[in-house]
Amino acid sequence: MSEFVYKKSRSSFASLQNMLVTWWTILRICLEERLVYRGDFALGTLMRFLPIVTQIFLWGTIFETISGKIAGYSYHDFIAYYLLTMVARAFSSMPGLASGIAAEIRDGSVKKYLIQPIDMVGFLLLNRLAHKLVYYGIAIGPFALIFFLCRNFFPSMPSSETMIAFAISLVLSFLLGFFLEAAIGLIGFWFLEVSSLLFIYMLFNFFFSGHMFPLDILPYPWNYVFEAMPLQYLAYFPAAVWLGKIEGESLLIALWVETAWVLFFILVCRVAFHRGVKRYSGFGG
Amino acid sequence: MPVSYNRAMETIQIEGLRKTYKIYQKQEGLRASFKGLFRRKYRTVEAVRGIDLAVDQGEFVAFLGPNGAGKTTTLKLLSGVISPTAGTARVLGHVPWRRENAYRRRFSLVMGQKNQLWWDLPAQESFRLHQQIYRIETQAFAARRDELVDLLEVRKLLGQPVRELSLGERMKMELIAALLHSPEVLFLDEPTIGLDVVAQHNIQNFLRYYQQLKKITILLTSHYMKDVVALCNRVVIIAQGVIVHDGSLAEIIDRFSTHKVVTLLFADHSLPSDIGRYGEIIEQQAPRVKIRVEKKTVTDSLAAILQQHPVEDVSVEDPPLEQAIAEMFAIAHRDLEREAMSSGQDP
Repeated sequence: MSEFVYKKSRSSFASLQNMLVTWWTILRICLEERLVYRGDFALGTLMRFLPIVTQIFLWGTIFETISGKIAGYSYHDFIAYYLLTMVARAFSSMPGLASGIAAEIRDGSVKKYLIQPIDMVGFLLLNRLAHKLVYYGIAIGPFALIFFLCRNFFPSMPSSETMIAFAISLVLSFLLGFFLEAAIGLIGFWFLEVSSLLFIYMLFNFFFSGHMFPLDILPYPWNYVFEAMPLQYLAYFPAAVWLGKIEGESLLIALWVETAWVLFFILVCRVAFHRGVKRYSGFGG
Repeated sequence: MPVSYNRAMETIQIEGLRKTYKIYQKQEGLRASFKGLFRRKYRTVEAVRGIDLAVDQGEFVAFLGPNGAGKTTTLKLLSGVISPTAGTARVLGHVPWRRENAYRRRFSLVMGQKNQLWWDLPAQESFRLHQQIYRIETQAFAARRDELVDLLEVRKLLGQPVRELSLGERMKMELIAALLHSPEVLFLDEPTIGLDVVAQHNIQNFLRYYQQLKKITILLTSHYMKDVVALCNRVVIIAQGVIVHDGSLAEIIDRFSTHKVVTLLFADHSLPSDIGRYGEIIEQQAPRVKIRVEKKTVTDSLAAILQQHPVEDVSVEDPPLEQAIAEMFAIAHRDLEREAMSSGQDP
């Protein structure tokens, strides 16, 4: 009996090891691929920092004309908030993911995931992870410089518990952003073209993720609307965690709710993929 | 002609396989485009219409047919890319469209028009990824890769990004990637499309050698008859979604080439004026003429020509295979149209 258990645990350990090696190989090759067009990638990465400069000037001008705070936010609070949403969005934004999936369905390249023993969504997740890792590798310098230059906008450093919650919220925002956009891309099995759908999503994302303004400045009933949506976890939530706007039990509950949203969209992706593949016509020769 | 098979040996078994697509019928013009936003007309197209086929282990089968005949749809069904509307198929005992990993590790699909390698990376990186995806042991992987790389003579190209390879070199790399996990069944969809004669010849030689060496089962679709002649011992002809012929190449030529091509070289450096009465003149450049003679009259015609004219050289050949196949497609098309008319259906 004990020998059987030992053998079984050894074989499950070997299959776990196999899986990890496969993941690592995919990740390594995706990393290599990302590094091929290093010039374009570096330029694209650096250009993403430009909007924060315009935000600093914009809110500076607004606060010069009014005195005091807007909905409890001072000029410094606003800038700190924007810098933190920039970090959150570095994790949660997935440029080209949904449109890329839809394009692969349309032109038939999706076939390779159907004939090879590989999970398409899992593969794309590792691909995106590689994309992000290269991005962080390049962006960490400019990020550090901007945060150093803007250090006076921030209140004192948060507690270690808050920083851990912030880190968890970032990882979850990456997963949520990925599975949400992947689900939109997989709609391509039905509609082939998802660009309009993606545009609507981007529009909602812009307002309800907190990318444009802090969501807690919204009046009733809009504050309830954004709380019921998963989009707040993509930008607003991690920033709010760092700034100490959500603490204690409500922080814990919010993290669980975010996890539930991630699981929900994983499920949506699974169902969409399996149903989509069944109705797939194998376009493109 | 139906072919009898020992079912225990069958690698591929297909019974009554059907695939229908609903295709949006858009009328011409902007007005019709707006109308299409609210009400769309669809047409049902039967790409595959009840195919029965059995392929034994180690067979090299060509799947021929005009464009839109249902060849690629059949390959997609057998590789699990799409699901059928009706019917059954088993490949190596698996139902392909269930897409079990156990099945996906035992076959490969190579499409001449689709690139499955990483475009920006050297092919060796794609091979490494295949090793992991297909769980190939390190030693077996290295041995197979080296064997295939040497057979196809591409060792020098392993470190070169795929985008910088020629079409022929890329197809060689595609084949290596497809064979690394030693598939028992290989589906080849126009593997030589767009290749020059030398590259086509290299790929043909490789496929012939490798198939004989490993005894794998190969289903090939191609529009190049040279591929078929060089590689396949069995030809399945499909037209409008149904199999219209299943047998050897010689049978096709026997059955569908009603004429022979006779080439004559006259000794007196001129062409006789009455040569046209023996058959249709295909080509003439004195003192040489090529005529198309009905098969059953070849002997009599030749005897008459040789008796009446000084002939220096003579050759009698079958017409090009393409011609026989085209004739067969035309006959099949006519039969199917007639059948459809009598049953009041769309062909």
